[in-house]
Amino acid sequence: MEKKGLNLTLKIWRQENAKAKGQFVTYQVSNISPDCSFLEMLDILNEQLVDKIEKPICFDHDCREGICGMCSLYINGRPHGNDTGITTCQLHMRHFKDGDTIYIEPWRSKAFPIIKDLVVDRSAFDKIIQAGGYTSVNTGGAQDANAILIPKKNADLAMDAAACIGCGACVATCKNASAMLFVSAKVSQLALLPQGQVEARERVTAMVAKMDELGFGNCTNTRACEAECPKQIKISNIARLNREYLGAKFCS
Amino acid sequence: MTQIDSKIPQGPLAQKWTNYKASQKLVNPANKRKLDIIVLGTGLAGASAAASFGEMGFNVKIFCIQDSPRRAHSIAAQGGINAAKNYQNDGDSVYRLFYDTIKGGDYRAREANVYRLAEVSNNIIDQCVAQGVPFARDYGGQLDNRSFGGAQVSRTFYARGQTGQQLLLGAYSSLSRQIKKGSVKLFPREEMLDLVLVDGKTRGIVTRNLVTGAIEKHGAHAVVLATGGYGNVYFLSTNAMGSNGAAAMRCFKKGAFFGNPCFVQIHPTCIPVHGDYQSKLTLMSESLRNDGRIWVPKKKEDAEALRAGRLKPTDIKEEDRDYYLERRYPAFGNLVPRDVASRAAKERCDAGFGVNETGLAVYLDFKDAIARLGKSVIEARYGNLFQMYEKITADNPYETPMMIYPAIHYSMGGIWVDYELQTTIPGLFAAGEANFSDHGANRLGASALMQGLADGYFVLPYTIQNYLSHEIQTPRISTDRPEFEEAAKAAKARIDRLMGIQGSHSVDHFQKALGHIMWEYVGMGRTKEGLEEGIRRIRQVREEFWKDVRVTGTADEFNPELEKALRTAEHLELGELMARDALLREESCGGHFREEHQTADGEALRHDDQFMYVSCWEYKGAGEEPELHKEPLIYENIKIAQRNYKD
Amino acid sequence: MSITGLFLVLFLLFHMSMNLVAVISLEGYDMVCEFLGANWYALVGTAVLAAGAVLHIVFAILLTWQNMRARGPVGYQAPNKTETEWAAKNMFVLGIIVLGFICLHLCNFWAKMQLVEIMGAEPAQGSALIVSLFSKPLYVVLYLIWLTALWFHLTHGFWSALQTIGWNNNLWIPRLKAIACVVATVIACGFAAVPIYFFFFYNA
Repeated sequence: MEKKGLNLTLKIWRQENAKAKGQFVTYQVSNISPDCSFLEMLDILNEQLVDKIEKPICFDHDCREGICGMCSLYINGRPHGNDTGITTCQLHMRHFKDGDTIYIEPWRSKAFPIIKDLVVDRSAFDKIIQAGGYTSVNTGGAQDANAILIPKKNADLAMDAAACIGCGACVATCKNASAMLFVSAKVSQLALLPQGQVEARERVTAMVAKMDELGFGNCTNTRACEAECPKQIKISNIARLNREYLGAKFCS
Repeated sequence: MTQIDSKIPQGPLAQKWTNYKASQKLVNPANKRKLDIIVLGTGLAGASAAASFGEMGFNVKIFCIQDSPRRAHSIAAQGGINAAKNYQNDGDSVYRLFYDTIKGGDYRAREANVYRLAEVSNNIIDQCVAQGVPFARDYGGQLDNRSFGGAQVSRTFYARGQTGQQLLLGAYSSLSRQIKKGSVKLFPREEMLDLVLVDGKTRGIVTRNLVTGAIEKHGAHAVVLATGGYGNVYFLSTNAMGSNGAAAMRCFKKGAFFGNPCFVQIHPTCIPVHGDYQSKLTLMSESLRNDGRIWVPKKKEDAEALRAGRLKPTDIKEEDRDYYLERRYPAFGNLVPRDVASRAAKERCDAGFGVNETGLAVYLDFKDAIARLGKSVIEARYGNLFQMYEKITADNPYETPMMIYPAIHYSMGGIWVDYELQTTIPGLFAAGEANFSDHGANRLGASALMQGLADGYFVLPYTIQNYLSHEIQTPRISTDRPEFEEAAKAAKARIDRLMGIQGSHSVDHFQKALGHIMWEYVGMGRTKEGLEEGIRRIRQVREEFWKDVRVTGTADEFNPELEKALRTAEHLELGELMARDALLREESCGGHFREEHQTADGEALRHDDQFMYVSCWEYKGAGEEPELHKEPLIYENIKIAQRNYKD
Repeated sequence: MSITGLFLVLFLLFHMSMNLVAVISLEGYDMVCEFLGANWYALVGTAVLAAGAVLHIVFAILLTWQNMRARGPVGYQAPNKTETEWAAKNMFVLGIIVLGFICLHLCNFWAKMQLVEIMGAEPAQGSALIVSLFSKPLYVVLYLIWLTALWFHLTHGFWSALQTIGWNNNLWIPRLKAIACVVATVIACGFAAVPIYFFFFYNA
């Protein structure tokens, strides 16, 4: 069965480098297979640009199976496009109609400066983890893995939170560009496990302070982050973060 | 001919590692501060090694090509990690894990290394749990295990279908802790372009800053190569788009031997190719084979009708289905090792029974499992995988069978290392998938994560000290030395040459062409004629590449086209090396199947008398034939047998 | 935001119960007004309330300013299409509407009652103010618009405040949202009852 190809108009943000002024440039692509992924559609466009001796569009991508968290496109007003629980690389062209116009923009956040075109610098997330998103355990000498029993419920909740891929869609869609869902996922994961208890207070204080310092906005509980999170991380983690944070503040 | 010395410690197998640790040299804390180590790659092996070195007190610089260490492709491993904990009391032991790994690798791995791997496997689980890795647990709060990839014991620890992610994030968090402490310095979006040797010893690297295009020089007393595998030589693989074998090739060209380049693993359960625009193949976890049944139609006309869309898979009657794995391998059925399952699928498709529009797919059917266990059980086990499949293909696997086909997944071959994970260049170490060591000719499921973390957490921190203990007199390496200048110049010249060609085809055009040749001639079934033809064609593509590639943009900006060009240039040489190795290895073993060497019923036929060795290739200069060295494999503790999954 | 918000919700509940007295009995209402005149406890209460309201507003302005800056130098071209509740994204606008009406309300009632009493004059009679103001359709409509904005503000604000102080989990999110809806509806209806009653059903 022959599937009809799509003809699309793309309005893509182009920006030479961090300092340059950017603008939207319009491109046409034709006969795109609906089975093609969104990034493959951009690959096709890039091949055409190379053919015309133009610079291809830069966008971050790597694993193309929704786990590395590298791809980061704001497509027609939604991070990762018009579907839920997916990353950009898992978005397929069957979600579009022939003749559609698609706006493709980079993540917009003060804490995520643009590097080029659609590529942004998300090292702010690394800095937040460096502030305290770990347990201070050196290699070697750990006790037997089964020495501390962990209720399945807690282990499962910790896993729900730990599924975060650090893509930044939460920041991108939040009207306040807040990183609370990201921070809360790591704080929650470690707060739910006995291994994370020892440093729980220092961790939450340091991570929140770093988040604020980096210029992310505040959480006003709009739940946009939760709606767009490719791993469907819940805002109950933000409540847990708040709990942990207030507890740490009151007890120190 | 350079002597191959694998430096295996004396003593009985079970004592070798203990003996090594007891007699190795150490570096005292005051000296550790004065020694620099460079780690390339932030996957499981790289991140865990860098974090451990940092904890020990060394000065570490770690590099990755992605925007963050957390993106390394280890993150995509789904299934799990093996360890000989025997928590399930099903008879597992260090010896059994060792034995299974050697056997699974078709007797082409080094005994001592594999035994050590099995030995430290338990520590890995302890370490990860202490880091807060949320492994799956049972209702009693203990860690849960599952059987994986045909193992007869349940020794696989897992975190949903995201084990690699959780382990990597554990290592990443340890690494982050060291970065905060200042013992590790992170260089994201920076790619190694060359290794710098001074008087035959590793003294640093030259890199390209991928954001600014600047060529940078970094000195160190030792360099750890943890840049992963080279599956992307095939263009289409389950590897990430950025995964590449270029760094390994650059080390090879500086004198590091390449071990067993022809051993690549083909994973049987991937989503089939849809069209020529396809950029990568998506793996569906092997665990699906625990409950799914693999089949193709018995009748060719049914297969044709399915391909044309005239029939649906659910229309095929039970008696018209050929559950070929169950038919051929009654004892293991759908759970035969990866290489066996992959070849069987190819055999059926080549014989004309393949389904899908391209005829290159077989069914993986959950109908019986759903009938037996109920939809909710299947959903609990594989819900996320089914959802992922549906997102990609728009087919619902609860209602219609999945379609799968083998794809390149992992490279067992890699830079040759000795027992200390040191390459043939002093001071250059290789860890994880980048080295050749532990999996022989075929890797068992859930063993890659184990090996990466074993190398990084529990092997390198010991062995690198043994080397560095001789370097405590060496002052900090100055990058003003002429050797660095030369390497930087050479790297720049290479970039300028690529930028200057301004031909008529994109980089991807050549990488795809190479990929087609590799898949066709150096893929699942290899022949002498095919390999010779493959080599001829690879050379042709390489020649065209250097004449006709078009790299847009400039060298001093963020330029992914240039990055790809530099990698493809190396792949074009690596591809030939792989084909050459495959041509020479006139036997079938593990992932390497030579059609001339098979049993009467089509199984792999090893020739232990001639080929029980590691092929170690030495670079001899551009345009020169590489030289083969052999490291004989000696099995003192294992009885060699032909693999048999039939009964 | 959350603490002051919750405090203001408590005040609203209190104010609303007081108003409902007027529907039952105007004399009773006047007694309440007298009781809450310029006594020391009423003045302390008013001061605390005013402080709460001012803090709520100051925080709102500060946070909104920070949040607007967090987007960075360039905003999005395509309007955001993420599915969220309208009220959640428009709390500041709703807050401004509510604030505007509070000013109006303070002029209508408070200035003529407690304020004049503080100044030492004789306060106006509460019941008379209600009866005269809500005989005018314009004011009834204005007050109803205000209460609608307040309803939206509260449907988000109430559960959001509890979420911010950490009182939430997967199980309680839907419950809290339902409770928020009930609280907002009770408050809005309770307040609305007064103008509606006096416009439609009250015969002097």
